[in-house]
Amino acid sequence: MALLRMRGITKIFPGVVALDGVDFDLNEGEVHVLLGENGAGKSTLMKILAGIYSADQGEILIHGKPVVFQNAKDAAEHGISIIHQEFNLIPHLSVAENIFIGREPIKGWPARIDFEQMNAATAEILRSFNLDLKPTDIVGELSVAMRQMVEIARAISTKSKIIIMDEPTAAITEQEIAELFSHIEQLKEQGVGIIYISHRLSEVLEIGDRVSVLRDGKYVGTRNAKETDTDELIRMMVGREITTFYPKESVEIGEEILVASDVSRPGYLKDISFSVRRGEVLGVAGLMGSGRTELMRAIFGADRGVSGQLFINGREIDLANHSPEKSVKSGLAFLTEDRKGSGLLLNLAVHVNLTLAGLGRLTRFGVIDKRAETDASLDLVKLLDIKTPSIGTSVNSLSGGNQQKVILARWLFNNADIIILDEPTRGIDVGAKVEIYSIINELVSEGKAVIMVSSDLPEVLSLSDRIMVLCQGTLAGIVERDEASQERIMELATGSATLS
Amino acid sequence: MLVQKSELSGESRFSRKLFFQKYAAIVMLAVVVLVFSIASPYFLTTTNLMNIAIQTSVIGVLTIAQLIVLLTAGIDLSVGAVTAIAGVLAAMMMRSVPVFVATIGALIIGAVFGYANGLIISKMKVPPFIVTLGMSGMLRGLNLVITNGLPISNLPTSVAWFGRGKVLGIPVPVFFLIIVTLLFQWILSKTRLGRYTYAIGSNEEATRLSGINTAKYVRIIYMLAGLLSGLAGMILIGRLNSAHPTAAQGYEVNAIAASVIGGASLMGGVGTAYGAIVGAFIMTILNNGLTLLGVSAFYQQIAVGAILIVAVCWDYVQRRA
Repeated sequence: MALLRMRGITKIFPGVVALDGVDFDLNEGEVHVLLGENGAGKSTLMKILAGIYSADQGEILIHGKPVVFQNAKDAAEHGISIIHQEFNLIPHLSVAENIFIGREPIKGWPARIDFEQMNAATAEILRSFNLDLKPTDIVGELSVAMRQMVEIARAISTKSKIIIMDEPTAAITEQEIAELFSHIEQLKEQGVGIIYISHRLSEVLEIGDRVSVLRDGKYVGTRNAKETDTDELIRMMVGREITTFYPKESVEIGEEILVASDVSRPGYLKDISFSVRRGEVLGVAGLMGSGRTELMRAIFGADRGVSGQLFINGREIDLANHSPEKSVKSGLAFLTEDRKGSGLLLNLAVHVNLTLAGLGRLTRFGVIDKRAETDASLDLVKLLDIKTPSIGTSVNSLSGGNQQKVILARWLFNNADIIILDEPTRGIDVGAKVEIYSIINELVSEGKAVIMVSSDLPEVLSLSDRIMVLCQGTLAGIVERDEASQERIMELATGSATLS
Repeated sequence: MLVQKSELSGESRFSRKLFFQKYAAIVMLAVVVLVFSIASPYFLTTTNLMNIAIQTSVIGVLTIAQLIVLLTAGIDLSVGAVTAIAGVLAAMMMRSVPVFVATIGALIIGAVFGYANGLIISKMKVPPFIVTLGMSGMLRGLNLVITNGLPISNLPTSVAWFGRGKVLGIPVPVFFLIIVTLLFQWILSKTRLGRYTYAIGSNEEATRLSGINTAKYVRIIYMLAGLLSGLAGMILIGRLNSAHPTAAQGYEVNAIAASVIGGASLMGGVGTAYGAIVGAFIMTILNNGLTLLGVSAFYQQIAVGAILIVAVCWDYVQRRA
């Protein structure tokens, strides 16, 4: 009998069906890999299993018995633990304190933590894993792989039967991966079932027994790892239907306006070179953690510790000594992926948000020409059809799509030549998406260049003239529009492309 | 469908919330004035009102200094210490140079210490609270070292102009307060520096990514706060006709309280110079009125503390709503 069965799981978020009748099962002593593009529904499914979300429909059976989880604690009591991508360890505490957090052994009166017992129990767990760690080691001083092992040890010590690992290898080295895999083998022998989420197809086939694929919140199929290959898995992952029609207008491509060479940032980016031409939309694709956002930030000068050169209209900028200020002066614009965190001045008025980058155009001797500002703001609101009660309204009362248009308008007002858009349509409704697509079309028809990062492959495919694919901080390839397909891009993005 | 142009440009420059906060401060001022006018026959007299204005001058100038820093989501705990040391150093300079030169010196000294705060905060990315607390401690200590803990008196007679002189019939301290308030209200609402000050306080990262050298503007703001503290130092020695190393003790806290009562947010991006000055007047009038009613200074401290807590709670509740 299967250790775990999930049947017909459906989860609906406002406006989106995140999961649509998904089935999933797991046997004892098995590694079952869950695959899918960004946004396919893997995380949502696992959060339901871990009791973080509740399903709108469907049932979960453990050892054949139906269970209902009200919260994460319920799931934990049924032996389910989740190891998140972002660690949930407290760096200042010891290994033992982290493993026993929330259930420390108590002794005496007044009650105090029985450190002796706790450390002894921890030593026992660490020995069973052949981990070269002391219970008293401070977690913050451990390597990433070791921290991952501590998380796993915590999962084991709670007598977990099912361990969910979300991209456990995203941040660790080859050697550490080998170490992790040998521990996973040990867990299998102990009869623990493991759900393994990863984007790295080669390692998926190495560690997994079975592989299930999700796409757009739907279950696509399950394969035995021994009987499949990366080509088949990629075919299963892609093939999303293009539901919205966004026509790309043909624009004459002009000269190179931005050239980046050997862009590197230790731990994030390695020797990436590319260029963009006037009238061109350069799509940037890649999986979570591939370095897309980091590359855009590097080009814009938002982060320190970057090396490489940038040529904008032939003028050289040393990336080691770059800044957003220089970028804006040379005609770059950057619409960040985090609209609220790094885009908007949320509690300030729409017009303040609109004119922020181009305020210099409205200023004489440091004094703002209020009338010119009002006129410019009204023009921008009209131009992009921003729905706002007035330009004095604070921007946090606008809808997501209109907020995004406010930031776009900010850059249009500054007359930027090269516009970097990082996930410009994430979290906005279809109507606003189409409006943003038409703005992109308009921008390139004016001879500007657009660099667009997006996790939405159909969107990238239909809007881009060329698509740059990143994989683990390196350039996996640049694909021309007529050669581009979802399969080709996923091959490159998962690092399973044969060099051609 | 587009909204009418005239409607769109409606002069609600900030949110209605802020408008209400500003309004709340004025209502509070009116209530306080009304209560004391009824409770004490001496309150609503020309002499007393002029006293209140003069008493508000030093703390009022420091409130503006504090306000511009709070607007950037920062805090300056060194304004009191800078006021004291600028006063002391100006007094020492007056032994050898004319009062006018010493005054310029006091302003420069204040600006330099403020700039140092801004430099450390913007370069090292450390919390302003800690930097300015440390700066305050150092300057208080330094002040005691250079004066041996003794006040400097026998100042040139012309210094008294700062405390007791008149310009256009207005007492000089009040004149400075008016000028500073009008100037900074103008800077904050009409200039690029002012706009960036609000922007940095609202979302520093978004401002930086819009191509604005936020570090530079943070340094300018702290420098201006220091400069205003230097001016406050001159007014203070003018009023006392001597420079005390321990002067302006705790004024930084009163300046924070006044700003917040006047509608500024400790989380940055919200507040006006007019509002802050109303806040400063509320604080002075409370002290003045309670003194007239014979309430001891000890109880007055309790009242000021309680009002600060109420004002901050008000700020948080408003933002959560």
